[in-house]
Amino acid sequence: MSVKAMAKDRVSEERLKRSDSPVKVFIKKVLLYLPLVIWTILVIFPFWYMLVLSTKGKAEIFNYPPPMTLSPNFIQGFLENYNNLLAQLPFWKNVWNSIYIAFMSTLTSMFFCSLGGYGFAIYEFKGKRFMFNFMLFTMMIPGIVSIVPYFVMMNWFGWINKARALYIPGMANAFGIFLMRQYINSAVPLDLVDAARVDGASEFGIYWRIVLPLISPILGSYAIITFLGSWNSYMGPLVVLRDMESYTIPVALGALKGLQSVDYGAIMVGNVISVFPLLIVFIFFSKMIIDKVTEGALKG
Amino acid sequence: MATKTNVVKHPGGGWLAFKRKAAPYVFTAPFFILFIVFSTFPIFYSFWLSLHDWNGIREMRWVGFQNYYTLIFKDWKFWRSVGNTIIMMVIGGAPQHILGLFFAYILNLGLVKFKDFFKGVLFVPYITSPVAITILFGVLYGVRYGFLNYGLHYLEAIGIIPNILPIKLPVEWLKEAMTWVSLSLIAFWKWTGWNALLYLAGLQAIPENLYEAARIDGASWGQIFFKITIPLLVPVMYFTTAMTIIGGMQSFDEANVMIGVDGMPGNLYYALTTAVYTYAFAFKWGQFGMASATSYLLCLIILVMSFIHRFFFKDRDERTV
Repeated sequence: MSVKAMAKDRVSEERLKRSDSPVKVFIKKVLLYLPLVIWTILVIFPFWYMLVLSTKGKAEIFNYPPPMTLSPNFIQGFLENYNNLLAQLPFWKNVWNSIYIAFMSTLTSMFFCSLGGYGFAIYEFKGKRFMFNFMLFTMMIPGIVSIVPYFVMMNWFGWINKARALYIPGMANAFGIFLMRQYINSAVPLDLVDAARVDGASEFGIYWRIVLPLISPILGSYAIITFLGSWNSYMGPLVVLRDMESYTIPVALGALKGLQSVDYGAIMVGNVISVFPLLIVFIFFSKMIIDKVTEGALKG
Repeated sequence: MATKTNVVKHPGGGWLAFKRKAAPYVFTAPFFILFIVFSTFPIFYSFWLSLHDWNGIREMRWVGFQNYYTLIFKDWKFWRSVGNTIIMMVIGGAPQHILGLFFAYILNLGLVKFKDFFKGVLFVPYITSPVAITILFGVLYGVRYGFLNYGLHYLEAIGIIPNILPIKLPVEWLKEAMTWVSLSLIAFWKWTGWNALLYLAGLQAIPENLYEAARIDGASWGQIFFKITIPLLVPVMYFTTAMTIIGGMQSFDEANVMIGVDGMPGNLYYALTTAVYTYAFAFKWGQFGMASATSYLLCLIILVMSFIHRFFFKDRDERTV
């Protein structure tokens, strides 16, 4: 928290204390905290419940009243469900697919979008305005329109069941290039680029050594947004991944949910494995991540 | 060094000058080739497909606007899906923004301790997989053994149900119109905090001295809120509500995981969103032309809604700022 914000906090705290009686202060505090605390419980509860269910056998999950706490032999229950999960799915292969696709789509689209954004921000050239407006126009078309052609094209290319079907089409996206161009326009002075040219830097050298370091903040935002988007994405993978070996985690778990008799314990183990690692990373870097993602979203 | 400065003096000729002229195209070309193949072509190809009857394997048969005609005039399920989608967008979306704005306002007062902790809580649903959370809600919605109905029995015991809340227990969460509420709740859980954080960022961008000036002039709380805070938040509100409309109208994950197309008839199609319908046409029933036409009609509906939404905000902008 900045010094200014702390000073602001103190001022308002004093204002609160000075003007009101203790009872009023107490009521105000309750009114402030109560909604936040209730929301906190509503947010955390599903995660807790997920964890609890992942340790319960088939019979216990449908007990009444529903189970809400871990039993003493919870590790054993978890392992049992884990084995059931592995019996139904090549789950670690699915986890690996999710990781691989998320990393590839993040890295490749960071590269292509920053490269294109650089081109748009720094140079003047024929057709630039038309190309840019054209891109903004396609950005207005909702993604659902492309879902059928996406499948047909991946079929043409022979990319059904291939990880590349999920990261190559997203490498060049309008949101990314738009974000990059905006940021480069505001963060990279043209004089600096000219000076580098006079000093004999190549055009790619300018991009690689000068512009990329300068735009690293927005690259961070973009990376987090893209990674989360890929990790959680469901419809795209569902359409092009047909083979269990090639499933990502959401598709795999969705498929288990669609079976005739649903093994909730096993699914919850999968849920826990897919949700908790991200959650733990988030807890450590929450402040940085929140700032970056909201900034990225509002800029785009 | 001498030769290089030379080039700067005469940018018209030589290899370096050519390189400089070509550079913008070299830099934007990879992006553009990818963009045209994977983002632009599908938009046109989808329209082309929508004018055909095609199951993905046989030869395409030209049918003109027949698919559109069928959907608009002959297919009650299509309109049903549009209705479902709009209803769920509204009952899941409106509370998101009201509550989101409320949380942002509270946190921005500077009176709350552990602000970073609460911000983290608001953010967590955003990083959570919609599939995972939908499966979990599915368990909570269980009719006989579900946690929610168990909790409601306590309300019954102390007389709130049925005296204040006139509902019958156990609630069948995934039956008929209740499905709208149950699926909307998931979107509500997932996006409220996200909107709150965007509103908070917007509130923090409002300069403090505006408030000071208003207070010195003796403005009341309500005047400050409605004459300063809200008008200055309009750009953020425009963005967040636009996202809710565009995202909500394409909602797919919750409905498909919770009910799925196969579960629809028993559900009397309350969970059929237009995106699910599009998916079913193509990937369950092998009617690629109908699927494309459905998605194009949805696109049209979203564009019209965005246009109205924009008009509404433009109007607002001129009046207040």
